[in-house]
Amino acid sequence: MSVVLPYLLSGISVGGQYALIAIGYTMVYGILRLINFAHGDVFMVAGVMMVYMCASMPWYIAMPLMIVFTVLIGFAIERVAYMPLRSAPRMSIMISAIGVSYLLQNLVAYITGGLSQQYPTIPFISDSINIGPANTKVVTVITPFLVIALVFALVMLINHTKIGMAMRAVAKDYDTAQLMGIRINSVISTTFVIGSFLAAIGSVLYFSNYTGVTYTSGAMPGLKAFVAAVFGGIGSIPGAVIGAFIIGISENIVKGFEAMLAVFGINSNIGIATFSDAVTFALLIIILVVKPTGLFGEKATDKV
Amino acid sequence: MKNFKKVASLLLAGSMLVGSLAGCAGAAPAPGADSGDQAAAPAAASGDKVVKIGVYEPASGDNGAGGKQETLGIQYANSKTPTVDIGGETYTVQLVVVDNQSSTEKGPSAAQQLVSEGVSLVLGSYGSGVSIAASDVFKNGGVPAIGVTCTNPQVTEGNEHYFRICFLDPFQGTVLANYAYKTQNAKKAYCLSKLGDDYSAGLVNYFVEAFTALGGEVVEESFPEGNSDFTSYITNAKSQGCEVFFSPVSIEAAANIVEQAASQDLGMPILAGDTWDSNVVCGAAEGKNVDICVTTFYQEGAVPEFDNGLKEYINGDSTALANNGGNDMIAAVSAMGYDAYYVALEALKAAGSTDPAAVQGVLPSVTYEGVSGKIAFNATGDAERNTAFVKKVNTETGTWDFVAEQSI
Amino acid sequence: MKTKENKRGKIITAAIIISVFLFAAIAEKVAPPSWNMLFMVLKKGSIYVLIAVSMNLLNGFTGLFSLGQAGFMLLGAYTYGIFTIPVEDRASVYQYFDGGVIQFTIPVPLALLLSGLVAALFAFLIGLPVLRLKSDYLAIATLGFAEIIRAIFQWQALGPVTNGSNLLRKFPVFESTIAYFAVVGLCVAIILLLINSSYGRAFKAIREDEIAAEAMGINLAKHKMLAFCISSFFAGIGGALLAMYQTSVQAAIFKSAMTYEILLIVVIGGIGSISGSIIASFLYIACSEWWLRFLDQETILQPTERGKFIIVMAVVFVTLLVLMLIRIKKPKGKPRALYGTGAAVCAVVLVWLVYFALTGQTKVPLLRNGFRMVVFSVIIMIIVLFFSHGIMGTKELPDLFKPKEKEDGGKEAAL
Repeated sequence: MSVVLPYLLSGISVGGQYALIAIGYTMVYGILRLINFAHGDVFMVAGVMMVYMCASMPWYIAMPLMIVFTVLIGFAIERVAYMPLRSAPRMSIMISAIGVSYLLQNLVAYITGGLSQQYPTIPFISDSINIGPANTKVVTVITPFLVIALVFALVMLINHTKIGMAMRAVAKDYDTAQLMGIRINSVISTTFVIGSFLAAIGSVLYFSNYTGVTYTSGAMPGLKAFVAAVFGGIGSIPGAVIGAFIIGISENIVKGFEAMLAVFGINSNIGIATFSDAVTFALLIIILVVKPTGLFGEKATDKV
Repeated sequence: MKNFKKVASLLLAGSMLVGSLAGCAGAAPAPGADSGDQAAAPAAASGDKVVKIGVYEPASGDNGAGGKQETLGIQYANSKTPTVDIGGETYTVQLVVVDNQSSTEKGPSAAQQLVSEGVSLVLGSYGSGVSIAASDVFKNGGVPAIGVTCTNPQVTEGNEHYFRICFLDPFQGTVLANYAYKTQNAKKAYCLSKLGDDYSAGLVNYFVEAFTALGGEVVEESFPEGNSDFTSYITNAKSQGCEVFFSPVSIEAAANIVEQAASQDLGMPILAGDTWDSNVVCGAAEGKNVDICVTTFYQEGAVPEFDNGLKEYINGDSTALANNGGNDMIAAVSAMGYDAYYVALEALKAAGSTDPAAVQGVLPSVTYEGVSGKIAFNATGDAERNTAFVKKVNTETGTWDFVAEQSI
Repeated sequence: MKTKENKRGKIITAAIIISVFLFAAIAEKVAPPSWNMLFMVLKKGSIYVLIAVSMNLLNGFTGLFSLGQAGFMLLGAYTYGIFTIPVEDRASVYQYFDGGVIQFTIPVPLALLLSGLVAALFAFLIGLPVLRLKSDYLAIATLGFAEIIRAIFQWQALGPVTNGSNLLRKFPVFESTIAYFAVVGLCVAIILLLINSSYGRAFKAIREDEIAAEAMGINLAKHKMLAFCISSFFAGIGGALLAMYQTSVQAAIFKSAMTYEILLIVVIGGIGSISGSIIASFLYIACSEWWLRFLDQETILQPTERGKFIIVMAVVFVTLLVLMLIRIKKPKGKPRALYGTGAAVCAVVLVWLVYFALTGQTKVPLLRNGFRMVVFSVIIMIIVLFFSHGIMGTKELPDLFKPKEKEDGGKEAAL
């Protein structure tokens, strides 16, 4: 157990961060059937904003401000880049998402000069602690709990509030929901606001752990979070979270696979760790082929 | 409405044709009509002749930080010596800087830009892969190139037009292995390279060769592109009882590795090559419990006049300061860029002409006493260097401490 | 739906194509070195033509949303490299792997064909499980496969074949632009023939309505697989050509970002239009690699240039502002947020321009490294948002030159 524990811990921590991004993907996909490729970059922009804001103000002011700005950016992206294409073919809107992602990355590359920015140290969560045989940061430990708390709150919101009901209705049947008098646009905006809010929180957790922020920092976590969302069954929030944890853990197990074998006396040096990302995608393809709607996806006929 | 659309699309298609013709027609009479001219204009106005030196460096992507510091050295040298006497006439040196984006795909077109601007020779690049990728463009354009800190043997091997002023990976790998085995007393090394990155894979390869030849044991692993979670690799190194953590990767990954090594209590020295010689690494290590050693080309303090001049230059210009990572610590690559510029000037003087072919002809015999040491090219076009500096991070002050001068 | 032959359009199109070929052939012989950028754009552009057209065949004509193009290009590029590096150079290319395990070469045309075939073979193997998936699920699965392929090719254990993380180089390359044009032209011609054959009509039927197509007796699985393999075949050849153009190849460049780039080209050109993809490829490469490069340079304006700059900027942005304001008022136009943002941006630029004109600065602000890509991505966003059907929509070049009365006839037939 002591051999596997450090990898599990890393996996859970990474998984928690993926989960916060994955929720944004899964909610948007559930409602708009859109892979919001720009979501990972919103996450990255949140990190960069924090870097710049912490240079001129204390972190406890910078953080709420950063979250507000990130939410505004998410809202603006939806209004400017997605709303005009609501009646256009699905591919157009996805291209628009890719375009926004491209724009955000290039903009940040331009502003930062393409250089990696050191994420500010936030007291307490950046400290180092010991858990049994493993050393890690406090943020690693609190991430999963924070994720679970947030997800709980989110599920309450969706199941027990009016706007939550509206969201479920829109996700179920877009056109009928509109006929029933639900204001589609405000529901969609709310979705983007929630998604961006979680991405902002996620960026604090992620970059406190991995302190270099560059303009490409959002791409891989974004892609993996999306994979997690599909894995868990897109549209399902608990599914996305569980998918994210599975992917985070499996990725770290693969990274440490040979080292674990070595501890048991089996020496191999073929470089299994090379496939830490590939395994994520392989898992995805397997689950899609076996159960196309993902682990917890509803059997929906409209997902064509 | 349909007619309107038809007209619009016709217009677009037409404008593309016209645009492409106009684009090349415009470029034909005045090479580099767009960018070069405006920058060259002040010089031209004062009646001087202009010689162009291309700077082929990454300013974005993985190696952006290092490339910028290298370019900084070149620009500083240019600000110090903006003219050169060629064949009895004074020429103003104009730097044509392009960004190869650290990508072997974007690099060739950036290189092509330099060739079509009519540069006399090219300096760069930081990172061997992009240099190799652009090599044939320079060759076909008949432009010689001087590699500044590309350490892979393949850059110059079999290429008559590519030269370089730094040491090579086989040398650096051996130095590092010797240092790890003999000085740090490590018997088992953990080597982490970046997947798909020829620089780290190459250096690790030479390190492993030398380290195992000494009788050591190695564990080799690589991490995929876009990875920022190194905790599992650090755990791997610890659990397999390694005594040194060798990871000659890009600065971006370096900052993350240092940070996570500290929070995970790595408990072994970290060793890396020339890429880690950067204030980003120092900044990340400051106040943390890590032990980092690197091999490099230049040690700050070796030539005080150069250091002070460059510091003044960096502090006098906010862009330069930002490009240097926000402080005035001198990176070895800046010193190398500085030397490369003067080697280029020497070559131009010796050639007595701005003709690239003439410059290429004299380059093999050019020698120069630079701040990083004496530079002379051997038969393959590599600088003959047999020493590397070993530096260590002082985690209290966040600066580099000189450790030793190593040779094989 | 056989309408009257559009002879005039075909003749004009053929004339355009021939003149472009002739122009490239002659210009390459006589042009001064400063034209190098043009030929660079023509070479790289033509390679992107092939890749974009192959993607269009799949995404535009068959309606299969695949994002695996970069993976198939990688397969093609590596196959070409591995089998054509001269034996005597292998020791230096495979320097860490004792010269590699493959110690023979095959002729260039055969290698090109083989690179296509290898890509198609992998497409077949990948297609077996994933082609059953629909739309976005297919997209993400193929994207995943491209990433897996990349990891495998970078794997150190396969180094004796793939050279691991290191570059493959020293393989024979085409020197002249015309050679690229010829290969690409041939491939595109084959794709065009295919699209106009009964297979092509079956593909389009699948795009329009899978269930109806199946009811009409079209074997869905077979035709999807066929389109997938053919598209990958040409993507493989495109990858091999890209390797030639770069004179070296490294797996690290075939990221998902490359697939997105190609997808953007297809959409900018018009989904379902071959000539759109062709035009968009050249435009895209020219803009990103050449025309906009001046934006990366810090620029000091001369007094005369300064006046011109201010006038041009003013005209462009005033026009844009007026256009945006007109559109905002239209109740049936696209949502106001888009035009509002556009108008606001234009207004800000104009206010700044007045300030710039009054203060007498000569340094153009914002121009520094990276600005080119910002402007480029803004242009892409404008195209995507305001011209969502792309340059050509679903039309082809000959359609543009249809005599007017004939076009009306066509319209009636279409109605």
